[in-house]
Amino acid sequence: MTAQEVRLCGLLLHEHFGEVVEKVGTHLLRSGAQNLRTIIHETGLSVDLVKKSLMVLVQHGACLFSSGRKGPGSPTEYRSGCDRILRILRYPRYIYTAKTLYGDTGELVVEELLQRGHMTMSGTVKTVADRLTQNMEEGRSMDYSEVSSAFSKLVETHFLQRCPKLAGAGTADSTSPAAGATPAAPGTPAAPASAIPPTPESFPDCYKVPHMTLVGRGKRQLAAEDGEDQRNAKRQKMDSEAHGDEGIYWQVNFERFHLHFRDQAIISAVANKLDQTSSEIVRTMLRMSEVTTSPAATCTKPLSANEIFRSLPASYNIPRPILDQYLTLLVDDPMEFVGKAGESGGGMYVVNLHRALANLARATLESVVQERFGSRSARIFRLLLRKRHLEQKQVEDFAMIPAKEAKDMLYTLLSQNLVQLQEIPKTPDYAPSRTFYLYTVNQLPTARMLLQNCYKTVANLIERRLFESKESKRLLEKSQRIEAILASLQASGAEPEQLTEVEEMITAPEKQQLDALKLHINKLDSAENQVDETIFLLESYVNSTATSTG
Amino acid sequence: MAGRGRGVAAFTFNIDALGISRGSMPEARVGPSPLFPSIDFKPVPLKAGEDEDYMLALKQEMRATMQRLPHNIKPQSNKSEVERYTERYLKKSQIEDEDWTPDWSLFPKELMPQTKKPRAKAGTKKKPVKISRKETEDMLSKLDELAKNDDRNPEKSDDETEKKPGNEEEEEVEAEEYDEEDIEEENDYIDSYFDNGEDFAADSDDNMDGEATY
Repeated sequence: MTAQEVRLCGLLLHEHFGEVVEKVGTHLLRSGAQNLRTIIHETGLSVDLVKKSLMVLVQHGACLFSSGRKGPGSPTEYRSGCDRILRILRYPRYIYTAKTLYGDTGELVVEELLQRGHMTMSGTVKTVADRLTQNMEEGRSMDYSEVSSAFSKLVETHFLQRCPKLAGAGTADSTSPAAGATPAAPGTPAAPASAIPPTPESFPDCYKVPHMTLVGRGKRQLAAEDGEDQRNAKRQKMDSEAHGDEGIYWQVNFERFHLHFRDQAIISAVANKLDQTSSEIVRTMLRMSEVTTSPAATCTKPLSANEIFRSLPASYNIPRPILDQYLTLLVDDPMEFVGKAGESGGGMYVVNLHRALANLARATLESVVQERFGSRSARIFRLLLRKRHLEQKQVEDFAMIPAKEAKDMLYTLLSQNLVQLQEIPKTPDYAPSRTFYLYTVNQLPTARMLLQNCYKTVANLIERRLFESKESKRLLEKSQRIEAILASLQASGAEPEQLTEVEEMITAPEKQQLDALKLHINKLDSAENQVDETIFLLESYVNSTATSTG
Repeated sequence: MAGRGRGVAAFTFNIDALGISRGSMPEARVGPSPLFPSIDFKPVPLKAGEDEDYMLALKQEMRATMQRLPHNIKPQSNKSEVERYTERYLKKSQIEDEDWTPDWSLFPKELMPQTKKPRAKAGTKKKPVKISRKETEDMLSKLDELAKNDDRNPEKSDDETEKKPGNEEEEEVEAEEYDEEDIEEENDYIDSYFDNGEDFAADSDDNMDGEATY
């Protein structure tokens, strides 16, 4: 929980949930696990507001609660983690991926779940059907079964999962019936003694779609009189019958999306380095091992060349010997994306996931150095990455850069902490005249440092965007008002002269200012999205090293 | 300190090992590094394409939507006395906000809003008010007695000043009661979430908040 992470989380919470939730959230992030009284006392907010904020945080999975450390009788403690809140940055990417995989229906399902935290299947299906119906032409509406099938497909491919049933919530009786997902250990009492909350995967029914009776079509929300809205609302209240899936809540499975992004990154890297056909081969291999590979695996299960040949997409009818040549090329490539694991079945091949991530992270670091310090500094950096430890003289010789400039560049990199100095003493008393000083680059700490820089970058981008909007707040409000007036005039049927008259209320220089403002805000927003891609890559690399060593 | 006399500029290690000579030292730092230093290399332009544009639109829409959901908790803001004309148009274009009734089985019990019965509230309200009135009256009478023993002029001012805090206390106590009542009896999770229901109803009778519990 570094300072940069907390700052960024605070900004994200403020943007999406308001300043009250931000206050409570950042307090929890900074102070660790606390109970309700302490939070109220230290944030200085009213009891009501704190309770509501905690509910919002728990609803979205940003905060976990468990019974206190002193035993089952002590008050519940709440703790929060940065990871979940930082995911908010990635929401557009998740939604877009769902759209590419499962169309508009899938996109809306994922969007609804991300906005609400967790929902039941019936609730989601109804809301999505209504939204889709809204955008269709008059007279057509979306059937619930279509949306349900899209939902089921998302669950089958593990993009959605059930929320874990947290013991100690609501009724504390151990006799409360568990609706739907049953805990894996039925013998344990309701008050958990373990400090680790159960992961969603620890429940056997995690990915089982419940049997749900939901028949109907989406309702179009009529923008007519408000009396009708009231009638609709009443009708909805009255026939909110049980659909057979009460108490089963679904949430988005971020890990599965991350695996998908990782696979995409590897495939595009292969396409960039080699060619389209090799990337198709790697894509096939990854697709075949989707279900058999665990998320933390170092490499996929070995696949024989015969299997790969059979599973290639029909449009790529390359002959068998060509496939073998491609596979050999992939294995020999210094990037080490694909490795050979045996000779049976025409050759057993694996995709080295962790090594691919490490190489991608390394490429990111090199690119950062190149863009900030120039190509010659990048050459020195790459040299040090490959050769590990080099003396000053050796750096100059290998990089083929004159001594003075090499010195300058090395010291710039050293002052930016991208390069470290390692002392190797010849004598036990570390006498400076008798010590070797070697320059070195450690990939993992450098990646961590760049990751923190990325968090700081995104926080700065958000702050700048808020500053720009605040500067032109008056202008923005004016344009909003005029748009609203225009919309209401158009709805009530007005003549074109009236509309142009209203439009002219914004003068030309103001319009220019508005356009420039819009451009700036779009640029800043887009930059946030793209920095998040780098964040994802570096985070995956750091996490992959943690799992393999820890 | 000992080496101050000679070799004040001598380094303790062999300077050649690092490859630098005495003459090529960078200048000493005068102060902290500038906040916005000029950079030699301009940053690479952003990626621009269909995907990026779509994700940008998604991001902005999501931000706007999430600010309108009931999850977005706004602090108690002072209502402006006069509702601005333009706000009426803005409100009409907003989506009818649904109330959020969460499933209590997923949350710890202590997060449920306290629902105190109004009867008990009225009873407890009367007693403290009575007591406070009695107390202040007692206090005033006592002070009057004490004041009779003193001089006249200070007595008058004492009476006045004592009566004023007495009245203020009464008012304060009553005001506190009302504040607590407001906070504790408000069931936001069941009633309408917006607290500007009166303004809305005053404007148009047909416009009822759609209380769709989801």
